[in-house]
Amino acid sequence: MKKQWFTISVYSENNVGLLNRISGIFLKRHINIESLNVSKSEIDGVSKFTVVVFTTEDWTRKIVMQIEKQIEVIKAFYHTDEETIYQESALFKIASNLLFDERQIQNIIKESHAQIVTVSREFFVLAKTGKREEIDDMYQLLEPFGIMQFVRSGRIAVSKAEMRISTLLKEFEHK
Amino acid sequence: METLKAKHIKDNNKTTLRISGAEAIIHCLLAEGVDLIYGYPGGAIMPVYDELYKFQDRLTHVLTRHEQGAVHAAQGYARVSGRVGVAMATSGPGATNLVTGIADAQIDSTPVVCITGQVPRHLLGSDAFQETDIIGISTPVTKWNYQVTRASEIPEIMAKAFYIARSGRPGPVLIDITKNAQFDELDFSYEPCNAVRSYNPYPKPDPKAIDAAAALINSAKKPYIVYGQGVILGQAEEQLKALVEKAGIPAAWTILGLSAMDTDHPLNVGMVGMHGNYGPNILTNECDLLIAIGMRFDDRVTGDLNTYAKQARIIHFEIDPAEIDKNVKVDIAVLGNARDSLELLLPKIKKNSHKDWHDKFKEKYREEYDAVIKNDLQPTKAGLTMGEVVEAINKASGNKAVVVSDVGQHQMVTCRYARFKQTKSNITSGGLGTMGFALPAAIGAKMAAMDREVVAIIGDGGYQMNIQELATIFQNKTPVKIVVLNNDHLGMVRQWQELFFERRYASTVMTNPDFVKIAEGYHIKAKRVTKREELAATVEEMMQSPEAYFLEVKVEKEDNVFPMIPSGASVSDIRLK
Ligand SMILES: Cc1ncc(C[n+]2csc(CCOP(=O)(O)OP(=O)(O)O)c2C)c(N)n1
Repeated sequence: MKKQWFTISVYSENNVGLLNRISGIFLKRHINIESLNVSKSEIDGVSKFTVVVFTTEDWTRKIVMQIEKQIEVIKAFYHTDEETIYQESALFKIASNLLFDERQIQNIIKESHAQIVTVSREFFVLAKTGKREEIDDMYQLLEPFGIMQFVRSGRIAVSKAEMRISTLLKEFEHK
Repeated sequence: METLKAKHIKDNNKTTLRISGAEAIIHCLLAEGVDLIYGYPGGAIMPVYDELYKFQDRLTHVLTRHEQGAVHAAQGYARVSGRVGVAMATSGPGATNLVTGIADAQIDSTPVVCITGQVPRHLLGSDAFQETDIIGISTPVTKWNYQVTRASEIPEIMAKAFYIARSGRPGPVLIDITKNAQFDELDFSYEPCNAVRSYNPYPKPDPKAIDAAAALINSAKKPYIVYGQGVILGQAEEQLKALVEKAGIPAAWTILGLSAMDTDHPLNVGMVGMHGNYGPNILTNECDLLIAIGMRFDDRVTGDLNTYAKQARIIHFEIDPAEIDKNVKVDIAVLGNARDSLELLLPKIKKNSHKDWHDKFKEKYREEYDAVIKNDLQPTKAGLTMGEVVEAINKASGNKAVVVSDVGQHQMVTCRYARFKQTKSNITSGGLGTMGFALPAAIGAKMAAMDREVVAIIGDGGYQMNIQELATIFQNKTPVKIVVLNNDHLGMVRQWQELFFERRYASTVMTNPDFVKIAEGYHIKAKRVTKREELAATVEEMMQSPEAYFLEVKVEKEDNVFPMIPSGASVSDIRLK
């Protein structure tokens, strides 16, 4: 079976130990977590893990079943890139003199729709939100000038199809 | 005694007690119907032990001689009684000593609650004396775990622990309780837990899947059932029997499924797996419908997956959604408790007999009998065989004993030859294959069934992994019967060395102590049998003994267990020699 990108979305009760439990499921099967993001979700008190993996659908399905089996997990889903709207963010820290000395940099900023977050005497910070390739492209362009620091966030994603968590929780309440 | 201590507070018609966390733990255990726990004290759990002392008339604590013994005893208790077993230990080494037993309970789906003490909250993360991250360590091998750092959390967490351990697919839960939470007071009231909103332990069988399963079963020419522990855990023994009889389907057990159905039932055709019976393995690749009930297609059962039951349609009755299509892709999955699912299925099943198909199993049995079983059970050679000892135990117990086996050759022989009339009678470490399991598990098994004989069958290797539990047997006057099948080798590993490593017996030869003297040192009645003539009478004497009894049987040193599916080979390539 062919490997591809999958976004795994996990809705769970807020719980300190759960991250350890979930990452152990990947570790045990030698499946690399390509990116991980933990945040609140659309439901009060419910957390959302967004995990990106590059593997086969069969493995992804098995992992999702194992995740869903954990007591505090309400529901887990997996989606292909086509089935989600997804973004990543990145920050670039660059020496301030370049902003004035290298005209090219100003063009890169304009064309990539990046934001200048802050400018100081020594450095300025660019923020870029988009698909991974777009961030990678921007990195390629800026690298020759020297990047002082770079960081990219985990992927965040929403699915095109519904994730019926509220319905699930309501059903539970009426049991 | 507790009423002297506790101050009753009437508050909105609800009775609460102002008590310490440690006392609250005891009240929780009592509220869960626990009257017996296994454990070992130490600094971080002392407040709880102090309460155990005060409550000893209502809650018995059995001091094992090692924390591993405590979990295995709790497992033995749980597997025989169907209730949750409880083990307790201190922080640090006490907690880490539990880990093997917890892992064993996890892979064999045994309901156990382990309670560990932990350093006080303010010392967490400071590498305090006997601090260990038992939550981190136990996470991959527990169904659920939780660290309590405030006394007020105790009732809710304990209730949740018991609910999670026993419901759905059961498993071990570990609750780590910091010392301050044991000392501090709380307003105690207890409400049992019967739901956790993110957890669905009993998926409802889908009527469409049931219909589809019934249709396949009714039209199958060569249907074949393989049943596992899910039948026992789901209390579906009667439904299994009804299905087997109504549809006339031969059924085989996995090592954990054994005893779910009377071994003498004519349609109960034997054991599957690496050392299972010949027919049940070979005919897996001839059936047209494989009906898996409460089993998980372990690699020791399936052998090579690429050649496993490829010709057959497969129905999987299973409570755990994560097991569906995990190892074997199935045609129909029926999610749910085995009992619920089979109840729904049974009215839709047509009567049938499949006599010719059943005759195939008989034919294969005769081949196996001539090549293996006859020599195991009625040997003509001088040395004693493990099989004849198991057979002697069957005779002496009238197939009524609880049989607890350890891990190795003797375990495979036991699971092939032990006969059972009653469910929950075969206790062994299946998924983890934990040597050292049997002696402590037998203690728990006996305490769960004082009206039955409990016989532990153990190899000379595994016996020495938890031999210290003889002291627990002596101190508690637990009348278990212990049979050590002594071949002076780590037999199962030696067998592999003989077959696959050109007889290079690397570290499998053992110079053993005088086991009879050791048992006698613990004041346990002990005998050694070296000759066939003495076997039956001594086993009989052991079975009649009202007290614990140790029997060492010197068996042939280099016997092998057959049939055997070499690892990685297909079930059809099972060897008779
Ligand atoms: C704790 C543990 N360590 C190692 C093993 C590997 N192992 C499996 S069977 C076996 C030999 C068991 O020997 P013995 O207890 O004498 O029983 P026999 O096979 O001779 O019946 C060993 C070492 C194991 N299963 N468990």
